[in-house]
Amino acid sequence: MTAMLEMRGVSKVYGSGPTEVNALRDVELSVDRSEMVAIMGPSGSGKSTLLTIAGSLEEATSGEVLVDGAELSGMSSNDRARLRRRSIGYVFQDFNLLAGLTAVENVALPLELDGSESGMARATGLEALRTLGLADRAAHFPDDLSGGERQRVAIARAVVGNRRLLLADEPSGALDSVNGEAVMRLLRDACRRGMAGVVVTHDAQLAAWADRVVFLRDGRMVDRTAPPPGPESLLSGPEQ
Amino acid sequence: MSVRHALLALLTEGPRFGLRLQQEFESRTGEVWPLNVGQVYTTLSRLERDGLVESDDEGGEGPQKHFRITSEGHRELTVWLHTPPGTDTPPRDELVIKVLVALRVPGVDVRQVIQAHRRHLVEMMQRYTNVKAEAAQHDLGLALVVDAELFRLEGVVRWLDAADARLGQLAIPGPAPVDVSGSQDRVSGRR
Repeated sequence: MTAMLEMRGVSKVYGSGPTEVNALRDVELSVDRSEMVAIMGPSGSGKSTLLTIAGSLEEATSGEVLVDGAELSGMSSNDRARLRRRSIGYVFQDFNLLAGLTAVENVALPLELDGSESGMARATGLEALRTLGLADRAAHFPDDLSGGERQRVAIARAVVGNRRLLLADEPSGALDSVNGEAVMRLLRDACRRGMAGVVVTHDAQLAAWADRVVFLRDGRMVDRTAPPPGPESLLSGPEQ
Repeated sequence: MSVRHALLALLTEGPRFGLRLQQEFESRTGEVWPLNVGQVYTTLSRLERDGLVESDDEGGEGPQKHFRITSEGHRELTVWLHTPPGTDTPPRDELVIKVLVALRVPGVDVRQVIQAHRRHLVEMMQRYTNVKAEAAQHDLGLALVVDAELFRLEGVVRWLDAADARLGQLAIPGPAPVDVSGSQDRVSGRR
């Protein structure tokens, strides 16, 4: 099976000479459909750079990035923009909702930008909000929503339509632990329904929602967790 | 607290008499763990029996005996430093001791030791989170127990992160990279 996201030998250098910063060094990462991978590392380890390159918001200095088998560097900027609108959903710590649009208009926006007829886009947006338990908040503006609700709207926008790759940067950073858990549960559900997810975080509790956790330090991937043995092993008493 | 491994760690700095080991153990642990000299000699004789230390034959018995660590002892110490404690709920103090010991043992990469424990803790958190995501969704009691464990483990991870950051400020190099690509069999070298 082709991985939904594949990064091969990806490096990113900012500046040059004495001010040169190696934000990413030789990153190898592959994420399948229905899989959620967490990238864990301290501030400045390159987590956000990795995410913006995976999402084609920024270009790698060297290496290859493939989304659903298509190499990003081989695409025209129009094709990349289309890929971002159609296939990639982003969730940021600060929600990034447009204040002048209602919840459903925010969710439907990427579909409309991609040429969907407005009524159709709205119906799809409403369906995404319903899935996240927000149907009754569809007509509210972001300022009238709680932090948890705003992030759920942002998740609805990130999963609406036929998006295949879900990228999240500290998605519950500003929320309390109960709302943060709800956000992670929704991201995990979206991945269970077939999206490939990458969540970057410094928070072990968030990272623990992922199928795999990869540890990043100074732009390098230094370690990753083993596949979990399953919850039953925790409940059957201490291990040897 | 493993007296056995603490003594091995002290011996990595060079051969010692038993009495000096006892004094160094107490001063290095801030005298929080008093250790009587009889306990030191009992532990040393077991270490010698197991081939982890050796002593001068001509030194005689008791305080005159000079001990040094063997290559088998070095191996044992390195394995202990990298091995998660035997239970699923490691007491944090033991982890603190491991990191303190790792700082002093020549040839041990302390940040690698930190990463080995961080990985183990996050793996345990993944398993508890799976319980919460599935079984605990409709079982409040279980959810609360799992939360308590997750917050405890998170606290330990945060301490490791802070320790790592402090070491980073001292320019102690971090772990070497490994191939961590998606496929489980492509990992080239877990450290």
